[in-house]
Amino acid sequence: MQKKERQKLSKKHRFIWQSKTGTQKCVQTGRCFRQSSCIRQSRSAWIFFLLPSVAGVLIFVLLPFLDVIRRSFLTAVTEEWTGFHNYELIFANQAFRLAVRNTIRFTLVCLPLLIGIGLFVSVQLSRLKNVQFIKSCFLFPMAMPAATVVLIWKMIFSRQGFLNGGLAGLGLLSEGAFPDYMGTRASFWVLVFSYIWKNLGYTIVLWLAGIFAVSEGLTEAARVDGATQRQCFWYVIFPNLRGTLYTITVLSFLNSFKVFREAYLVAGSYPHESMYLLQHLFNNWFVNLELDKMAASAVCIGLVLFAVILLLQKLWDSDEKG
Amino acid sequence: MMRKTLKKAVVKAAILLPGLFFCVPVLFLLSGSVMSRYELRESLLPLMSDMERLITWKFFPSYPTFSHYAKILFQTPQFFTVFWNSMKLVVCILLGQLLIAVPAAWAFAVYPFRFRKLLFTSYIVLMLMPFQVTMLSSYLVLDGLELMNTHKAIILPAVFSTYPVFLVYRGFCNLPKGLMEAARIDGAGEWMIFVKLGLPLASGGILSAMVLGFLEYWSLIEQPLAFLEEQSLWPLSLYLPEISLEQAGYSFVAAVLTLIPAVFVFLSGREYLEQGIVASGLKE
Repeated sequence: MQKKERQKLSKKHRFIWQSKTGTQKCVQTGRCFRQSSCIRQSRSAWIFFLLPSVAGVLIFVLLPFLDVIRRSFLTAVTEEWTGFHNYELIFANQAFRLAVRNTIRFTLVCLPLLIGIGLFVSVQLSRLKNVQFIKSCFLFPMAMPAATVVLIWKMIFSRQGFLNGGLAGLGLLSEGAFPDYMGTRASFWVLVFSYIWKNLGYTIVLWLAGIFAVSEGLTEAARVDGATQRQCFWYVIFPNLRGTLYTITVLSFLNSFKVFREAYLVAGSYPHESMYLLQHLFNNWFVNLELDKMAASAVCIGLVLFAVILLLQKLWDSDEKG
Repeated sequence: MMRKTLKKAVVKAAILLPGLFFCVPVLFLLSGSVMSRYELRESLLPLMSDMERLITWKFFPSYPTFSHYAKILFQTPQFFTVFWNSMKLVVCILLGQLLIAVPAAWAFAVYPFRFRKLLFTSYIVLMLMPFQVTMLSSYLVLDGLELMNTHKAIILPAVFSTYPVFLVYRGFCNLPKGLMEAARIDGAGEWMIFVKLGLPLASGGILSAMVLGFLEYWSLIEQPLAFLEEQSLWPLSLYLPEISLEQAGYSFVAAVLTLIPAVFVFLSGREYLEQGIVASGLKE
């Protein structure tokens, strides 16, 4: 048979072959259709779509990261093998320990706070109508670049700022005893506030999406059975929100690393020690070209994050099955 | 019934208030940008000289003036350099992401190839890695390619970010498999299917990725801070904090002008922004 004819036939009879017999062969010709040229082309087309992206990721992320792993076992300048010396070095390093401690503390304070507040607000919102405007208000800080709020943060949180003014106005502070929130331990809480301010919006959006995804029939049935609004939430809706919780946790955790922006802009490269974060340390190492330490800690942080992500995912998976 | 509606109204107000409170910084910026030099100095003096007096603020300045705007728009070419730096970075990154990430997302969504799952999982893991982890590896490549201290040092790594791949992938997943088969039978090439069937379906996801990307890259700080030494290459987000308090008026106007594109994107793309947030929350 001519090639052209064969293709024509194959096109004509594919439907028969697919829908009726379910076999791989054409009813009439008995030829195997997986050999037809158009299918073969489609099977390899993905390479062309994917190649640029994979090549870029390999060149800019994965291969250099292998190099980073290699370097974490070498000295910075002479590139001699030092084993785990760099790792010992960073774990003995005061600044590294401070930065890790602050980062962990920040995460432990912020995540529950953000997730809790977000959930509370979303539950209230889910019972109301026309909440688009409110949602937008909470989302708006996402659109405000950190750089634009620096001046305002200074106006609010410095010693002569509005926060002290407001507290004094309420009679909670007496004149002359005004704390400076930027240069003291309190700067940590300024950072916490910045984080919540910036991230509450998308947390609410995610929670709301989760709540609305719980089928209405389910909650209605519970209400008919006499469950109160509160019971309805805790026993019907909340158990269905675990997937959302996982997502929010992962995203908020990762966004907590971005709070460096506010910290850096407000307080520079060497802020008060209560808000000295990992990124500060990395920048300072970078300026001094201490690449060996950077390599070792990049590997450590990468591993920890990888483990956390896998762990969270596993927890969620087992929940879904169980 | 009355009581119930009343209660709802109270709850709504109780949530609306903090929401509005979240937006107050904009009012500060707007009022500060039209305040006269003298008035600004008067209100911010305690901050500059470390006096005991509290700072004061009027949201409606007594002598509103647009002189700061005039100054920045007509007499400060520096500001434009920085503004266009920011624009160039964001536009190049977003265009690059479109070209690279959208086809990649298509490949992941449509073709069942070997190691697809493994590759996609590693894309997700990469998407979740913060800058601290990738900073040194980016530096090594950029230094090797002699791109340090150029805009490409910011653009190239961002173009290959895997986050937009993930977002756009969601949109492509909605493509019915049968439709593709039908198109193939009708003789459409793979590229044709991608352009005619895929792209329209994923337009929502693509827009979401663009909106989220714009907001993210417009306020980029870590990367330019590490990879750009020359101040004339800096984006707005690094330049703004450099303005001293003495020039508060200038600083406010610059902040407002920085805010305008972001707010414009936010308002016009709010729907896609929300879709994007929700999509980034879905598991594969």
